[in-house]
Amino acid sequence: MAMTLDVNGKPLAVKAAPDTPLLWVLRDELQLTGTKYGCGVSQCGACTVLVDGQPTRSCVTPIEGLAAAKITTIESLGGAHPVQAAWVKHDVPQCGYCQSGQIMSAVALLAKTPKPTEADIDGAMDGHICRCGTYQRIRAAIKDAAGLTPAAVAPVAPAKV
Amino acid sequence: MNAPLTPANITGATRREVVVSATLVGGALLVGCSPGDLLSVGAKTEFGAFGPFIKIGADGAVTVVSKHIEFGQGNHAGLAAIVAEELDADWTKVKVEQAPAIAKVYANTGMGVQGTGGSSAISNSWDQLRKAGASARAMFVEAAANKWSAPVGEISVKDSVVSHAGSAKSATFAELLPDAAKVTPPAAPTLKDPKTFTLIGTDKVRRKDSQAKSDGTARFTQDVHLPDMLVAMVAHAPRFGAKVATFDAAEAKKVPGVVEVYQIPTGVAVVAENTWAAKKGRDALSVTWNEDAAEKRSSATILAQYKDLASGKTPATDKMKWQAFESKGDITKATGDAFEATYDFPFLAHATMEPMNCVAQVSMGKAKLTFGSQIPTVDQLNTAKIVAMLPGAVEIETLFAGGSFGRRANFQSDYVAECVEIAKKVGKDRPVKLVWTREDDMTAGYFRPIVHHTVRVTLDKDGYPASWRHRVVTQSIMKGSPMGEPKLDETAVEGTKGSPYLKATPIVDAQLIQPDVGVPVLWWRSVGATHTAFAMEHTIDQLARKAGKDPVEYRRAIYTKAGANRHLAVLNLAAEKAGWPKAAADGWSRGVAVHESFGSVVAQIAEVKLVDGVPKLGKVITAVDCGTAISPDQIAAQMEGGTCYGLSAALFGQVTLKDGAVEQTNFDTYRVLRNTEAPTVETYIVPSGNAPSGVGEPGTPVIAPAVANAILAMTGQGTTSLPFVKA
Repeated sequence: MAMTLDVNGKPLAVKAAPDTPLLWVLRDELQLTGTKYGCGVSQCGACTVLVDGQPTRSCVTPIEGLAAAKITTIESLGGAHPVQAAWVKHDVPQCGYCQSGQIMSAVALLAKTPKPTEADIDGAMDGHICRCGTYQRIRAAIKDAAGLTPAAVAPVAPAKV
Repeated sequence: MNAPLTPANITGATRREVVVSATLVGGALLVGCSPGDLLSVGAKTEFGAFGPFIKIGADGAVTVVSKHIEFGQGNHAGLAAIVAEELDADWTKVKVEQAPAIAKVYANTGMGVQGTGGSSAISNSWDQLRKAGASARAMFVEAAANKWSAPVGEISVKDSVVSHAGSAKSATFAELLPDAAKVTPPAAPTLKDPKTFTLIGTDKVRRKDSQAKSDGTARFTQDVHLPDMLVAMVAHAPRFGAKVATFDAAEAKKVPGVVEVYQIPTGVAVVAENTWAAKKGRDALSVTWNEDAAEKRSSATILAQYKDLASGKTPATDKMKWQAFESKGDITKATGDAFEATYDFPFLAHATMEPMNCVAQVSMGKAKLTFGSQIPTVDQLNTAKIVAMLPGAVEIETLFAGGSFGRRANFQSDYVAECVEIAKKVGKDRPVKLVWTREDDMTAGYFRPIVHHTVRVTLDKDGYPASWRHRVVTQSIMKGSPMGEPKLDETAVEGTKGSPYLKATPIVDAQLIQPDVGVPVLWWRSVGATHTAFAMEHTIDQLARKAGKDPVEYRRAIYTKAGANRHLAVLNLAAEKAGWPKAAADGWSRGVAVHESFGSVVAQIAEVKLVDGVPKLGKVITAVDCGTAISPDQIAAQMEGGTCYGLSAALFGQVTLKDGAVEQTNFDTYRVLRNTEAPTVETYIVPSGNAPSGVGEPGTPVIAPAVANAILAMTGQGTTSLPFVKA
C-alpha cells in the first residue's frame, strides 16, 4: 500500500508498510541518509527530524500517522543555514554521526526561541547524546547562531619555542 | 613462529601462515615476516609523481592521502597541515582523502601494519608527511628554477605559488605541475626549521570535515547504498561462547522483504531488501542455543573472585601466576603506618554513536569491504581467512566512522568477519550491509575489562611514600589473540608501571595477575590508563591528606624527586590557570589529577559539587604537553571530548552480567553523559619543541580521579569503585 509523504516540501510516494518507522523510509527508500540511526528507542536523538516544525524521533515514528505532516530533514537546510554555519565556525563535529539530529533540534529551538536562555538550551538539547563529547561547542554554536555571546572555548595557542 | 615467509613462498597452503604469523605486542602489531610486502601482494601500488601521500590536481589543488581513519579525533586536519606546512600549499584549498588498504605503503610505523590506534596518527606520520611535503615542494622549486634559469636557493613558495623575487616571476602549482611532476624527488628533502612554521601550531589548522558533518553529506557505513544491496541482521547468542543449536526460519521468511536466512558461525543471519525488513525478520526467528561452553558467571561473581586473588584468599596457580611489573627494595622491610585502599572498575561498553556495521561483497577470488576500517591490515587478514584469498587482494574502502574509542580495532575483526561470512553465503559480488542494532552493539562484548587494584603504601617521616605495594587483577586484552601473547600484558598495568610516584618510592612491589574470563574484552579509549590513572591519582591525594599536605604541593615534591619535569610543567600550568590554592566558590570543591599516556601528559583541576549525592561538574582547567602542537583547536577538542568520555564512564558507565547475560542493552540502561552534565573544559597547551605525541586518548583518564579527589576534599571520603552513580 503506497502512501505519500511531504518531505522537505516535496510530495514523495513511498512503498513501505504503514508501521515502518519514518527513519527507515527516509534512509532506505528515499536515501536521505543525513538522518542517522543511533538507538531505535528514542534515547539518543541521532534520528531527529522536524514534523510540522517539532523535533521528532523518526526511529519510533511510524509513517502511518504522517500523511498530513510536513517532514523536514537535515538535507533541507542547504548547508549554509545559520545553525550549520555556526557548527562549522566552532568546529563542533568530531565523528559527526549525531550532529544532524543535534542541528535539527537547535534549528527548531531557535525558530521558536530566537534568544534562548541556558535553560532553553538544556531543554532542547538534553535528549541528544554525543559520545565524542562535543557538548560545550554545541552550546557555544547555538549561542553564536542566536547572536548571543558564546562562552569562550578557544584554546590558548602555545608560545613558539 | 614459522620460518620467515617471503612473497615468493606465500601461495596456496602458506596463506594461512601469513594470517597466524602476525604478532601483537602491547597494542602494537608486529607481523612476523617482511610484513609490508607480504601483506600487500595483490594490491595495486602505483602512485602519482608526488608519491602515495600527495595528489595534486591539474587545477593545482592539493589532496593529502590519509593512512589513518577519521572517526572524530581530528587527525585529518593535523595530517593535512603537516603536508601543507612543508609544501607551502594554500591551506584553504587542501583536501583530505582516505588511503586504500595497502600495508606496504600505508603501515603505521609504530605498528608495522596499516592501522589507527594508540593515539599515534599524528606522531607516526610526522616525519613521513613532513618529508612528503618537503619533497613535493622541492620538485616545484626545481621545476621553477629550471624554467626561469634561477638558482634553486632564490626560489620561494607561499600558498601554492612559486616565486623568484630577482626576476619577479611567479607561477602557481597548477602552472608548474607538468614540469614539477617530471622532477626526480629528492632522496633527503630539507625540512623546515620549526621556528619558521606559519601554519602548524596556529588557529588556522581547523577541521576539513565540519561542513560535510553539519549538512548530512558525510558518508558513513550506515549510509552506503549500492545497486542490488541486501541488508543483514544477525540473531546473536544471549551468552558469550554459546553456539546455535537449532533454528526455525519459517516465520522470518514470511516477512515481506526477507530474502534468505543463513546460519553463520556467530548466529543466524537474515538478509533482506531493507533494514526494517531485516529487523522484523530477525525478530521473527526462533533460535535455540547450545550454552555448554558459554560464560555463565555474573559480573559480581567475577569481581569477587578478583578480590580474593588480590587478598591472597585464592592462591595463584601454575597456569595463572602473579607477574611482577615493578619491583625494587625489600617490601618485607617496609615499616610504619600503612595506607590501604582497593579500587574496583566495571566492564565498560564503547557505545559509539554509530553501531558496528560493514558492507562486504564477495565473489570467486574477490572481496571488497566498504566501511570504517580502523586496522585495515587485520581486517584484510581476517577476511582472507574466510574467503581463502591473499590478504593484500582484499580491497577496503575506508569511510568515516561514527566513533570507535578502540571498538573497531580487534584481532578477530568481529563484525567485519560476520559480514564477510554472510556476503560469502550470498556470493556473486552482491553487496551486503550488516547492520547491528544498538542492542546488538551493546551486548556484543569487547568491553573494557573488570579491573581490581589493591594498594598498600607506607610513608616516610616527611609524609612521602617509603614503600608501595600494588596488586592488579584483570582479564587480559591480549589473551587469546590469534597472534601470540606478550610476556607482560602492558595494557593492564601501563600508568601504574612507569609512574613517577613509584619512581620516587624506595621500595616497590607491584604485581599483576590475569584470570581467564569468557567475555571478549578490548582496549577502551586510553586503555590501561582508564583504571591506573584513577588508582594512582586517587591514592596520591589520599596520601597527601594523610601527610597533611596540599595535593598540588605534594605532587610537585614527588615529581621533582622523580625528575618528572613534564608532569611538573602541566601541573604548574593548570594550577596557575585555576588559581590554585585559592578556595573554590561556595558549595564547590576542586580536585586535581595528572597522568601521562600515549606520550603526552595531562593535568586537570576540576570544579565539582554534589547535587543529591551526584557529582556535578563546573569548569575543568586542563593543561597538556603533547609535544609540538599542530592544531591547538583540535587538541582542545580532544581534551573536551576525552574529558566527557572519561566523565561519562566515571559517573554512570557500567556493564553488568547476570548469569553471563549482559543486562544493559541500550542508552536507557547504559547511561551516558548528556549536554547538561558536561563540564566546560578550558585547555592550555605547554609549549614544546618535541615531536608531536598523542591527544586522542590522554584527555580521557584524568577526570575520574580529579572528581574523586574533589569529593575527597569535600567529604573526607575516598572512592573505592566506579561509577560514582551506581544505578
